[in-house]
Amino acid sequence: MIGELFTAQVLLGILTSGIRLATPYLYAGIGETFGQRSGVLNLGVEGQMLVGAFAAFYTVRQTGNLWLGLLVAILAGALMGLAMAFVSITLRAKQGISGIGFFLFGLGLSDLLFQTMLGTVETVSGFRPVAIPLLSAIPVFGPVFFNQNLLVYGAYLLVPVAAFVMNRTTFGLKVRAVGETPEAADSLGVSVTRVRYITVTMGGVFSGLAGASLSIALLNVFQQNLTSGLGFIAVALVYFGGWRPWGVLAGALLFSMVNALQLWVQVLGLPIPSEFAVMMPYVLTIVALVVAVQRVRPPTALTKSFVREG
Amino acid sequence: MKQRLKSYLSSQVIDALLPVFATLAALLVGAFMLLALGANPFVAYGALIEGAFGSINSIADTLVRATPLLFVGVGICIAFRGGVINIGGEGQFVAGALCATLVGLSFPDGPALLVVPAALLAGTFGGAVWGGIPGLLKAHFNVNEILSTIMMNQIAVQGMNFLLIGPLIDPVQLERASRIPQTARMSPAFDLPRLVPTRLHLGTFIAVVMAVLVYLLLWRTTLGYRIRAVGLNREASRYAGINVPRHIALALALSGALAGFAGAVQIFGVNFRMFTDGSATGFTGSAGFHGIVAALFGQLHPLGTIPAAFFFGGLLVGANRMQRAVQVPAALIVTLNGLVVVFVVSTELWRQQRTRRRLAEQTAEYEESLVETTASVASAGTEQGGNV
Repeated sequence: MIGELFTAQVLLGILTSGIRLATPYLYAGIGETFGQRSGVLNLGVEGQMLVGAFAAFYTVRQTGNLWLGLLVAILAGALMGLAMAFVSITLRAKQGISGIGFFLFGLGLSDLLFQTMLGTVETVSGFRPVAIPLLSAIPVFGPVFFNQNLLVYGAYLLVPVAAFVMNRTTFGLKVRAVGETPEAADSLGVSVTRVRYITVTMGGVFSGLAGASLSIALLNVFQQNLTSGLGFIAVALVYFGGWRPWGVLAGALLFSMVNALQLWVQVLGLPIPSEFAVMMPYVLTIVALVVAVQRVRPPTALTKSFVREG
Repeated sequence: MKQRLKSYLSSQVIDALLPVFATLAALLVGAFMLLALGANPFVAYGALIEGAFGSINSIADTLVRATPLLFVGVGICIAFRGGVINIGGEGQFVAGALCATLVGLSFPDGPALLVVPAALLAGTFGGAVWGGIPGLLKAHFNVNEILSTIMMNQIAVQGMNFLLIGPLIDPVQLERASRIPQTARMSPAFDLPRLVPTRLHLGTFIAVVMAVLVYLLLWRTTLGYRIRAVGLNREASRYAGINVPRHIALALALSGALAGFAGAVQIFGVNFRMFTDGSATGFTGSAGFHGIVAALFGQLHPLGTIPAAFFFGGLLVGANRMQRAVQVPAALIVTLNGLVVVFVVSTELWRQQRTRRRLAEQTAEYEESLVETTASVASAGTEQGGNV
């Protein structure tokens, strides 16, 4: 029975949906990577994603304009990110708890807006797959990698861009410096506050995008608690990926492949209870966290707010 | 001196009232949201208060709703005082309820006086295990407990779904086509005593007693002292010879134990069976998250959590009445709870600064009085010397 999983068709299916499903993890995880590298743990990702997902869905539902939907999701995410930045950087609130506050806020707000403005679960026509000429014609693997929707391509493009910005630009250097030794960065004239504001707001933007990728590209629906823990997993993936964009990519792929495998187990009706299949990714995350923290050290100033001595 | 005492007292009063201000601010934001949704905030909040505290029955309902928040919240106090953040209340609640249900269903004809305490104990144990696993991972592998407790929530929910659709499903449901995922009803002999005609049950009183016990544990026992010491400064505690990993794991396990107890009480006091709608919230009513709000509101003090849980229980009960009165979804209250958390942690810094300033002032005063006493003693000495 288990052998049914290992036919070429099923494996390709797992690969295809795995690559698609990694999209929200990539956006949210990369955004969170920048926040954490600068020393701010944003646990509100889940709430930001929900608000972004609703904002995008509602806009597309009303106007039919996908790009406008994306823009509204970005704005909503930016606002949530800015609020998180203000609370954790300016007011120096405990980051773990304030993030949970923002999670509850986003969970409640998106539910509230959903119930008052939509009421029922509907669908929209979201981003459609775009085949890349020539590449998508490659036999077998072409359609898997090069016939996805634009937000999926965007997520994978984001990884090298983020890695470049983090490791090869002045801004990236500042982010890392602020997250490792804020005092030293500050003494060299880098504004710790400004850098952190930028990264946390940016994290909000990418969380908003991650939400939009669910509601107007992958699932094309909105319902209460649409993300159901996905944002928290994205935060875990940052740990798993050792605070590096490529590491986050590896984690996101591993995670989404297990998720896809789980979906196929259900589709094929294998004698594994679906609940255990759904459980698998979460167990895997815990194991991954255990392995990951033995390998890399988190940014020294993570969750520590900065006060200039004097 | 009297005036100083007065200003000292009033500043402390302000500190204690900060969460209240935070809540008022959240309610104010809520009022604007209500306006934006086309509802009259006065009518809405009026209905909310009426629904929460308007009659004996509604007060009883509020107390019943507050019970799991109090258990979970008191547990949260232990974890936070121990320097670890427990977001796993939901999963621990579910694990506790499952263990209690198993015991209750296994001995349907047993004497209630034996079975119910055993079931409550089993629930406590289940919650302790579910909180203890992230605790051990934190203590020995330095795994971030926020993330691991969240993952444990999801695992518990899937475990619950599996058991309630499969092995534990009510035999009656098995015969029907609907197959609602719930267990059989517990033997009515096991129901916790109620204050008829209301729904208020014994669990509420146990919760209050438990809050007092946890207060005593944290501030009157060596174990509690050590947990708090580890929470304040791990390095100093290690230096003082405290086994830091053990107390980190213990703090999370105890925290989970209380959430598990809450789940068990929910079975025997309120639902009399376990059921699921596929998510955690269906059974827990998000007690694991609202308990955090209550604990923060009570300034992470078990005794402060008692009125806090009552207040938030009231909000949650009243939200349904509000929904009916002005057609605004009860989800508004979840939004406001999130804001309360954000506002409370945002004012924390201000409170700390005030406390520090107050301590500095006290020290300065003390030093001043010392100088004065020394001077007067010295001058008295010279006078005496002069006389001799």
